[in-house]
Amino acid sequence: MSPLQGCLLLSAALFSVGLVIALARSNAILVLLGIELMLNAANLNFIAFWRFHSGAAPATGVIFVLFAIAVAAAEAAVGLALVIALYRHQKNLRLQEATRLRG
Amino acid sequence: MTFTFLILAVIILGSALAAALRPNLIHCALLLVVSWLGVAGFYLWAGAEFVAFAQVLVYVGALSMVVLFAVLLTRQSRAELRVDAPETRRAVWAVIAGVAVSGVIGAAVFATKWDPAPVTAPEVTVRGLGLELMGAHAAALLLLGVLLTAALLGAVVLAAPDRPEKEEKS
Repeated sequence: MSPLQGCLLLSAALFSVGLVIALARSNAILVLLGIELMLNAANLNFIAFWRFHSGAAPATGVIFVLFAIAVAAAEAAVGLALVIALYRHQKNLRLQEATRLRG
Repeated sequence: MTFTFLILAVIILGSALAAALRPNLIHCALLLVVSWLGVAGFYLWAGAEFVAFAQVLVYVGALSMVVLFAVLLTRQSRAELRVDAPETRRAVWAVIAGVAVSGVIGAAVFATKWDPAPVTAPEVTVRGLGLELMGAHAAALLLLGVLLTAALLGAVVLAAPDRPEKEEKS
């Protein structure tokens, strides 16, 4: 198994764990953290391809990851603000009970 | 495939899996911080030092604080930190979905013929990164600043309490 394959498998496993957290847990904060974990897995892939795969310009992978981290930070800030707004409206964070907008 | 990589993989996946199983919200958040630290270690191992430091600053430093603030702001008593265990049916389907996704990706990884890896990491200095960011990617950098500002304002608007009508008129 080459290093690139190892990195890709690690990233796939991390993505799956994030997916399981986001799907199985019912707390809004944990769902958000699962999504962050999936974003991290994607970043891990960028770095793996940057290091172990030739072809791109030298700095491309690193810059890609920097931008992704910045966007993830913005997403987390808005997401946690939404969590606090949700808590104010229904006094808990259970996503099963957040059905007020259901059609 | 080095020993360091295996240890990092165990740290990353182990703490993430433990976070998926713990019932206590604070434990989950702290375990995920450990997982993010492991990812930063992976970046160091791969030779992307600047990204590793950015990861530590943004995730381990800032994001974990924001998450802990959210946890502490949205609870009323000590007992509420225990989130109820996921419903069995949903948990089973979630695990099936996760295994399916990693199975598909893993099969694709093994089925693809990869070029042999370059021996040394691409040479990237912080100076080179700065020049690249301010040169070829300057427009994207400015847009990112606008995005962060908009996200900050949006977060404040969403999280601020609704003011009663009287106050707004005065």
